Amino acid sequence: MTDHAGGPERMSPTPKISLRGLSKRFGPKVVLDNLDLDVMPGESVVVIGGSGTGKSVMLKSILGLLKPESGSIKIDGQEVLGLRGSDRDEVLRKFGMLFQGGALFDSLPVWENVAFGLLASGDISRKDAKVVALENLRSVGLGPEVGELSPAELSGGMQKRVGLARAIATRPEIIFFDEPTTGLDPIMGDVINDLIVECVKTVGATALSITHDMASARKIADRIAMIFGGKIIWIGTVDEIDNSGNPYVDQFIHGRAEGPIQMDLLKP
Amino acid sequence: MNFVAMVGRLFLGFLGTLGQIGTFTGTALSHCMTPPLYCGIIGRQMLNIGYFSLPVVGMTALFTGMVLALQIYIGSSRFDAEVAVATIVVIGITRELGPVLAGLMVAGRVSASMAAELGTMRVTEQIDALTTLSTNPFKYLVAPRLIAATVVLPLLVAVADTIGVFGGYIIGTEKLGFNSATYIKNTLDFMEPIDVISGLVKAAAFGFIIALMGCYHGYNSQGGAQGVGRATTNAVVSASVLILIANFIITELFFTR
Ligand SMILES: Nc1ncnc2c1ncn2[C@@H]1O[C@H](COP(=O)(O)OP(=O)(O)OP(=O)(O)O)[C@@H](O)[C@H]1O
Ligand SMILES: [Mg+2]
Repeated sequence: MTDHAGGPERMSPTPKISLRGLSKRFGPKVVLDNLDLDVMPGESVVVIGGSGTGKSVMLKSILGLLKPESGSIKIDGQEVLGLRGSDRDEVLRKFGMLFQGGALFDSLPVWENVAFGLLASGDISRKDAKVVALENLRSVGLGPEVGELSPAELSGGMQKRVGLARAIATRPEIIFFDEPTTGLDPIMGDVINDLIVECVKTVGATALSITHDMASARKIADRIAMIFGGKIIWIGTVDEIDNSGNPYVDQFIHGRAEGPIQMDLLKP
Repeated sequence: MNFVAMVGRLFLGFLGTLGQIGTFTGTALSHCMTPPLYCGIIGRQMLNIGYFSLPVVGMTALFTGMVLALQIYIGSSRFDAEVAVATIVVIGITRELGPVLAGLMVAGRVSASMAAELGTMRVTEQIDALTTLSTNPFKYLVAPRLIAATVVLPLLVAVADTIGVFGGYIIGTEKLGFNSATYIKNTLDFMEPIDVISGLVKAAAFGFIIALMGCYHGYNSQGGAQGVGRATTNAVVSASVLILIANFIITELFFTR
């Protein structure tokens, strides 16, 4: 196992996120198998890979929502696996996360969802938090009237955008986007892509995104990583992906049914 | 051989669950003791658990008090019925029937809704989302429910006691023809503070059990809508059984030396 697996082979600053030998299984089912990945500060890495290959599990493991069996997770060089109590809270404050299903709190109106992280940090009044929340809603293309609705009254795509607004509202250092553009129309999808790029470029956040949408991946990624069989099997810049020479990557980006990746339903 | 292995596995599983509930309770209690407390949420939960349970608990208490009066009247000899009905109704209601029936009714209503709410939050990743927004789910979801239920159930039972005794009074005076003033005098003369206090202590314990089971099963639910349904059933069943067990233990502590 090299020290730089998955990362550029140069003497670089400490990675913002560094995964080494990460393994996670559910019962007999191995989902992550010795996975290595580095994400540099201010970098935007997009992870692509088939459905059910463990992309969401990887994000949740980094956040400590799932407990991997083995491996190491370093944030800013600090080992976070097994951290508890206030140390863990401290680390978690660096993160924002857009969940695949939105995960909005349906007991609260939309604006309170967006302002939740701000209000939880405690040093802002409700009134100011609401102003910030409405501003964030506007940046994802939702008007102030949406702020008063309950999440159940929104369409799937609108929920996704509220989830996005909530993830970026606290201006976290590291943002995870789990399929940010799934379920959006192409135009709104591109608006969201721009928004993610803007978050990363102007705020200087580090982004780790998951997507199936290659157009989106090309737009928001500095580097693209492909996950397969519980490992990162290829990682490279956006320019390199078309000539990766990796049959798995080729099959995925061209969306072909034939190739080394066999979907379960195609097996005889 | 196979049978022994099965019993062993069941027993180990039982111990495992007991351990899990113990850890859950410990974590929840530590979050009840340390600030910040979400007072707004506690208030809303108290309203939901206490106020909105009033109709069902009130009806239960009223009819139980009335039935009790009828049964005692039928069962006792004519001449001491007037004393027996009043005293047995008040002791039966305050010591046992008020807290236990209110506890069971609230268990059905509140444990189920807590398990369903937290279970849905679990399977839709809302509980995970709380964590990523610097909010501890135990502090935000579990602790307020435990505090609210423990505080509000004694109040609810105090109301239920009053209504139950009143139910007995109605039957006694309207149907059985007892003298109103004598009935009230008999009730007050034979009622000891310990009767009421033990009932309220039970109520607090039942409230804790109700919220604990609702939260435990909801928080740990998995597997989509079906899992939430299972969590709801388990919450109500386990809360009801634990209430009956706790009732026995507390009675034992209070009334046997
Ligand atoms: N809580 C869980 N319990 C059991 N198995 C799980 C759990 N969470 C995920 N898995 C399994 O782990 C595998 C990876 O799941 P994951 O959600 O990470 O997929 P994914 O790569 O995000 O797929 P998609 O692109 O469809 O979202 C799946 O096969 C799933 O069955
Ligand atoms: Mg996923």
